[in-house]
Amino acid sequence: MTSTPVAPVRAAPSFAAPRWQRTTGFIGAWLPQLGWAIVSVGLFAAIWELCWYFGWADPRLLPPPHVFLSDLTGQAKFFNTAQRWQVGVAASAGPSPAVAVLITILSSTMRVFAGLGLATIVSVSLGVAIRYVRLVEHLTLPTITLLAPVSPVAWLPVAIFIFGIGNGPAIFMVFVALFFHMILATITQIDGVNRNYINVARTMGAGKWQIYRRVILPAILPGLLVVLRFNLFGAWMVVLIAEATGVGFGLGQVIMMARNTFNPSLVFFTIVIIGLLGFGFDFLLRLVQRRILYWLPNRAAGLVDV
Amino acid sequence: MSEPAISCRGVGKIWAAGTERAHEALRGIDLKVDAGEFIVVLGPSGCGKSTLLYLIAGLEEPSAGEIMAHGVPVTGPAPDRSLIFQETSLFPWLSVWQNVSFGLSLRGTGKAEQREVARQVLFRTGLAETFDKRPHELSGGMRQRVAVARALAMRPKVLLMDEPFAALDVQTRAKMQGFLLDVWHESGASVIFVTHHIDEAMALADRVVVSTARPGRIKQIVGIDRPRPRDPFAPESVSLRRKLTELLSDEVDRAFAEQEA
Repeated sequence: MTSTPVAPVRAAPSFAAPRWQRTTGFIGAWLPQLGWAIVSVGLFAAIWELCWYFGWADPRLLPPPHVFLSDLTGQAKFFNTAQRWQVGVAASAGPSPAVAVLITILSSTMRVFAGLGLATIVSVSLGVAIRYVRLVEHLTLPTITLLAPVSPVAWLPVAIFIFGIGNGPAIFMVFVALFFHMILATITQIDGVNRNYINVARTMGAGKWQIYRRVILPAILPGLLVVLRFNLFGAWMVVLIAEATGVGFGLGQVIMMARNTFNPSLVFFTIVIIGLLGFGFDFLLRLVQRRILYWLPNRAAGLVDV
Repeated sequence: MSEPAISCRGVGKIWAAGTERAHEALRGIDLKVDAGEFIVVLGPSGCGKSTLLYLIAGLEEPSAGEIMAHGVPVTGPAPDRSLIFQETSLFPWLSVWQNVSFGLSLRGTGKAEQREVARQVLFRTGLAETFDKRPHELSGGMRQRVAVARALAMRPKVLLMDEPFAALDVQTRAKMQGFLLDVWHESGASVIFVTHHIDEAMALADRVVVSTARPGRIKQIVGIDRPRPRDPFAPESVSLRRKLTELLSDEVDRAFAEQEA
């Protein structure tokens, strides 16, 4: 034996799986869930198809999935990202339909994440500032609470007054729709931090800033990520409203055009795209959550997953 | 005559003073704790025992009276007075060694020294194999031991313990009491330990401070001058248990009557 009397501190076996294994394990655990998701969607589609088959659903108003998913290239033609209203641009100009679909999706996604990212950064910083400095609370919280119940639709004209047309108003809309709720959620999270954590830090001589940075921020991180996930869905809802009003192009604009041209197939086709995007990004966010919150036990993380 | 580790003179605390919800938690506490002494404060639930610890820790200010730690008035928390809570208060986002060296990291101590101190403290407390673990991987008893280790890393002169073993099962609790006595012997710190458990008080204390129901006052101080570990079934233990039970049951009755009123 070459071991020293000192206990083998570093070599002690850890029951925690390494991080990479936790991630792949998570995907493994998620596969059955994915299977159930397919069954669930399949059931929904089957009922719809049956309604069509028995003649209860008028295919001109509620075309079943096999109709609106059958002509993908035909649908893609409606995703025109050409700036043809501009002087000097030919009516037929623009990228191919497949590329146009991709551009449309990417621009909506970009708006979602720009708005969500901005809202997260600003609301978490301001939420911490409100709890950290009383004066900031007195100066901002009444206004924030006053504006929180205002519907995103009410901000639409404001967005256009300030930012005109383009990405600006869409990102602003996402931001403004999420910001007030996220800041109130941040404050709630801070208030909910276990007092013992703070008292332990205080008895060890931590100053106010150290308490915020070393205790409160890590303690509220799991809650903030849940808030972020819920607001990802919120962001997708709002970006469509914003894009419906002359942003140029985007999934919301496609749906609005489908409405104006009475094209229900296109409406449902776009809804499918949005659903898949939201589902996919939620999955990615959960993976990120797993990696950041490595310190949560699996079951607690499951609870946080909702 | 050496300075007492903690001395309370006429300490009282009224929570939410001046409001409708004001209630008096403590009144007229006079208590001197010698260096290296093990004091157990025994009282019914809600008698202000925890409040006393918070005041001594400097987390709250007394409404009346004065608290001195080693002859210096208490004006706020200080690392030489460590408080250990009932619920686990380890930071779940830090590993065990990072928890233990948290106080050092606040002072800007280097990483290598933090690790070394944590390693030594964990080794001394028989927790060496938990060094790299996360709190959620440990049992409740182990977590409380790490919490004690974390307090010891600050080299406290006074350990304040707020029903630290209340959430543990009976067997674990007995083990933890043995652990705590070892730690106390080795560190030479004074301990003020709050509990509503008579057997726990009898196993640990040099002096048992029996507290009244709200507002908490000192009803009687009972010295136990017997070597540890103490046999809970020895004749002295039986008579002492009877005495403490009688002292306490009056207060429990009063606390109940007050709650029903």
